[in-house]
Amino acid sequence: MQDRLLIEASDLAAGYDGTPAISGITFSLRSGQRLALLGSNGGGKTTLLRAVLGELRVFGGTLRVSAACGTVPQTERSRLDYPVSALDVATMGALAALPWWRRPGRREREAAGRALERVGLGSLAGETFGRLSGGQRQRVLIARALVRDAGVLLLDEPFSGLDRPSGERLEALIGELTSEGRGVVIATHDLEQARACDLVLCIAGRQIACGPPDEVLADVGVLEATYGGAIVELPGGGGRAILPPHHHHH
Amino acid sequence: MLEPLQEPFMQRALAEVVLIGVAGGALGCWVVFYGLSYAAESLAHSLFPGLVLAAIAGAPLLLGATPAVVVAALAIALGARVVGVSREAAVAVVVTTMFGLGVLLALSPQSPPGVEALLFGDPFGVTDADLAAAAALAALVLLSLGLLHGRLLVVGFDRGAARALGVSPALADAALLVLLAAATVVAVQGLGNLLVVAVFVGPAAAARQLADRMLPTMLIATLVAVLAGVAGLYLSYSAGTAGGASVALAIVAVYLLSLPLGRWFAAHRSATPSAEATIA
Ligand SMILES: Nc1ncnc2c1ncn2[C@@H]1O[C@H](COP(=O)(O)OP(=O)(O)O)[C@@H](O)[C@H]1O
Ligand SMILES: [Mg+2]
Repeated sequence: MQDRLLIEASDLAAGYDGTPAISGITFSLRSGQRLALLGSNGGGKTTLLRAVLGELRVFGGTLRVSAACGTVPQTERSRLDYPVSALDVATMGALAALPWWRRPGRREREAAGRALERVGLGSLAGETFGRLSGGQRQRVLIARALVRDAGVLLLDEPFSGLDRPSGERLEALIGELTSEGRGVVIATHDLEQARACDLVLCIAGRQIACGPPDEVLADVGVLEATYGGAIVELPGGGGRAILPPHHHHH
Repeated sequence: MLEPLQEPFMQRALAEVVLIGVAGGALGCWVVFYGLSYAAESLAHSLFPGLVLAAIAGAPLLLGATPAVVVAALAIALGARVVGVSREAAVAVVVTTMFGLGVLLALSPQSPPGVEALLFGDPFGVTDADLAAAAALAALVLLSLGLLHGRLLVVGFDRGAARALGVSPALADAALLVLLAAATVVAVQGLGNLLVVAVFVGPAAAARQLADRMLPTMLIATLVAVLAGVAGLYLSYSAGTAGGASVALAIVAVYLLSLPLGRWFAAHRSATPSAEATIA
């Protein structure tokens, strides 16, 4: 598992219905690395994650993904009225290792139970997925990735809508996952969080920059190109922050 | 209560609605969760010319329905590939064409009397051969649902993540559509072209109110479909109403009944945070 190349994209273009939504994407992710994906709304973060998942057609360039991917989608693409328990969802991670005619059995459910224990949800295994809180649902999906033994985790704005304790808990879990040698990609709007990653990839339809955070985030030009100028300098050398599009000064 | 059972036509009709209930109820849950109700209805309507042709030739309905389904499915698949034509438009064009063709055939002088049975179903008219074929198809549907359960569950839950979990959404869709076609061919004899979709959508929609795991939902849907089928037959037998319509009516009645029951169930459920065993 040591220092394995997990994802390698070179001049990648991908999108929907013949028109690329992102282009010129070049980066690589190695085991144990954490990559922050920065971009404004509509910048193409979700599109890139879906391309890595194999969900979208690649229009140009190359994309090599040499590990199983686990995913925690941004919005609730998974349906909350779906009749499954947390354990059922975690068990879905076992399917890939089974031949098509086999259903997950006791062994798979036990593995799913252990994964739920690991993300701190052992006691909620029997709860209906749609009745869990947002943070709990994210951890169930991470448990599913653990059952899949995913080498890469793709988290799409996982911290939006989480309260502070849930956010800290998720942060700690992500730290554990990378220290085990998994690669983690986090789409985020939080520059502070990006600073804590090994790599930062900025996109605005096309790639703006990619590199270690102290290089990429120090460049005002990069941030302006990524966010279209809505950057403010925090007073007292506190760094820079992004204004959300609906935010106004009073 | 037991007296109608003496009649062989009633015995065959009961066997038919049980087969329909088993194939339609369980499969219907997937139809509903995959948002395929419209596809189910379209498939049924596309069968019509096949049914009329079989009736004109005096052949078993299955012999007409099966090729009609295949033609309709192929036409839809090809139509959706034409640039600028959405899948929905392709479905609408194909279904209208097929159904219109069926009506033209039905109005032709060669058409035997009783074509309305093809539209509204005639569970009392099934032959032993029809039943044997229906039983084989129902067994195929159940067996396939059993084998594919885990995979269907993943795709219905989160289509985007399915591939990463080793499941192809396109294959799951295709399998479901093939099974739907098989079940429609079984059920169309008893319920007719216009009413057959009731057995897929009604029991599943009712069961959904009453269970919060997939297998119990499928079990309840099957029970609902079978019981409503039997009740509809008795109604038809004793009140002289049309067989297929009576069954469809019974299904709708159970669905309406499930709404207040479902509300009670939901209230009850949230009062007792579950430690219940999970079986889906
Ligand atoms: N399913 C889709 N079909 C067509 N275009 C899409 C779809 N999803 C997103 N897009 C387009 O792709 C671009 C990037 O969107 P997205 O990847 O969701 O951005 P982000 O996640 O960074 O907010 C946007 O212009 C958006 O309109
Ligand atoms: Mg997004």
